[in-house]
Amino acid sequence: MRPRAGRVVAGVAQGAAAQLRLDPVVLRLAFVLLTILDGVGVVAYAALWMFTATEQTEHPHGSRDWGQVAAYGLLGFAFGALALVSGAAAGGLAMWPIAVGGIGSLILWQQAEPGRRQKWMTSTVGRVRATWVRSGIGLLLVGVGVIGFLAAQDQLAQASTGLVFTGVVLGGVALIAAPWLAGLWRELQKERTERIRQEERAEVAAHVHDSVLHTLTLIQRAAHDPREVTRLARSQERDLRNWLYMPKQDADATLAAAVRRAAAEEEDAHGVPIEIVCVGDCDLDDGLRAMVHATRQSMVNAAKYSESPVVSVYLEVEPGEATVFVRDRGKGFVLDDVPDDRMGIRQSIIGRMERFGGTARVKTAPGEGTEIMLTMKRTTP
Amino acid sequence: MKTVRVLIVDDHRLFRSGVRAELGPSIQVVGEAEDVESAVATIAELEPDVVLLDVHMPGGGGVEVLRRVLGSGAQVRFLALSVSDAAEDVIGVIRGGARGYVTKTISGAELTDAITRVADGDAVFSPRLAGFVLDAFASTEAPPIDPELDSLTQREREVLRLIARGYAYKEIAKELFISVKTVETHVSSVLRKLQLSNRHELSRWATARRLV
Repeated sequence: MRPRAGRVVAGVAQGAAAQLRLDPVVLRLAFVLLTILDGVGVVAYAALWMFTATEQTEHPHGSRDWGQVAAYGLLGFAFGALALVSGAAAGGLAMWPIAVGGIGSLILWQQAEPGRRQKWMTSTVGRVRATWVRSGIGLLLVGVGVIGFLAAQDQLAQASTGLVFTGVVLGGVALIAAPWLAGLWRELQKERTERIRQEERAEVAAHVHDSVLHTLTLIQRAAHDPREVTRLARSQERDLRNWLYMPKQDADATLAAAVRRAAAEEEDAHGVPIEIVCVGDCDLDDGLRAMVHATRQSMVNAAKYSESPVVSVYLEVEPGEATVFVRDRGKGFVLDDVPDDRMGIRQSIIGRMERFGGTARVKTAPGEGTEIMLTMKRTTP
Repeated sequence: MKTVRVLIVDDHRLFRSGVRAELGPSIQVVGEAEDVESAVATIAELEPDVVLLDVHMPGGGGVEVLRRVLGSGAQVRFLALSVSDAAEDVIGVIRGGARGYVTKTISGAELTDAITRVADGDAVFSPRLAGFVLDAFASTEAPPIDPELDSLTQREREVLRLIARGYAYKEIAKELFISVKTVETHVSSVLRKLQLSNRHELSRWATARRLV
């Protein structure tokens, strides 16, 4: 069955391709190649033309795509010239590269998915049509090359002339193929960008699904418990914010990241918002790690005992030292009243800081809230 | 006390009504707008004292509103209000001419206070904004081009540090043994430097913070 629409010459290749579930382009190329090698292609095409019926459907505009006709004609002409020049038509050794190349491109062509093949084809045809001038020049060069070659054959002694015209032929072929190759390259680039974009979208979707949607579900289930709702919302907000705005930091490597992580964990554990502001950052060392622990203990104290609605943490890294302030507006206490066996302040905060050569200062009074200031010398860059 | 006439510009209707309900009696909400075009038109028509400005909006965002309204020479004050903590957004809107920046999680009472402050011509810095400013002014090794504008005084640094530590203006005044008015003067002066300094580091710093 030969369709009427979309045919290049008589629709033979298209019809056969539909039957064999191949791309018509493959068959077209096969016909072109067969024609070059020993003329079988033309005979086969003519025979198929005669023996297959024309499709009887209403395609009033079964118009021929002249751009494609030209493209295949040029291709056949170029290959023919090349075969002639290299002696491939006579079945010489030079035929092998052409055969291998042809099979290779056919395999490549088949590997590609239909959509992409379609895109390649449309871009090629569109380009060929849009650049008639270029094709014309290519054709001219091929022609000049062939004529020149034929002329030069009479004077084989002057092999150099023959080489020059071979060069001209190849130049012509390159000129024809160049826009196609360029289009192919652009197409592949576009495809790549598109794929990266899709991957990013998938990542965002996955994140939203895993965290945000999940939290919203939990919030609905915990609707009766305002404290839990606040905690969930707050934790999700922090998570999303970090994901959107924060540079990815290694919480085991830098001070600011470690303090942020400690704050996030204690906020989750105690349900009290911990506002954190960091100025500067540096790598962790033993002293600074101790300071992170002391900071964490200060946050725990504030969240658990102060009854303050919010805890503020401020970290500043200066060239010589790092300072942390942990402040609440809670009920405060009298430091001297804290019994010696209460490990929190004396051991986990003051003692720990002093063991590593740092200092801890506690400023508090009943009803005035509490502020703990931790300072540690830096040894890291 | 004189009531402050406020216009709320935000593309989320729920958020606008939420803010309206939370504001104290000293604030009178005279109108709302939901995008850049309607904001510019409404500001020209109603001439509010303070505009509560969302940073992210269709049609160019808060910065575009600032550019068009302040570019026309209008004498209206802006307080930026956003969910974003991105340094680029914060610094961008302040340099665009806003008198302050607070995040949307702020309580109604604090917001009322901030609006009153902005209406009086003072600046409002959240702890995070103070942290950004300290970071931005500290993160350069290059000598300042204009020493007056390109660096902070010791006192300004102290004030910003206390804001970053979560202190209210009144608490800062007490801590530094100065008056609240003086604290306000320092903060306004920092705001002016932030807006007028030509230092490329400011923008570059903010952009770099955005990059992962």
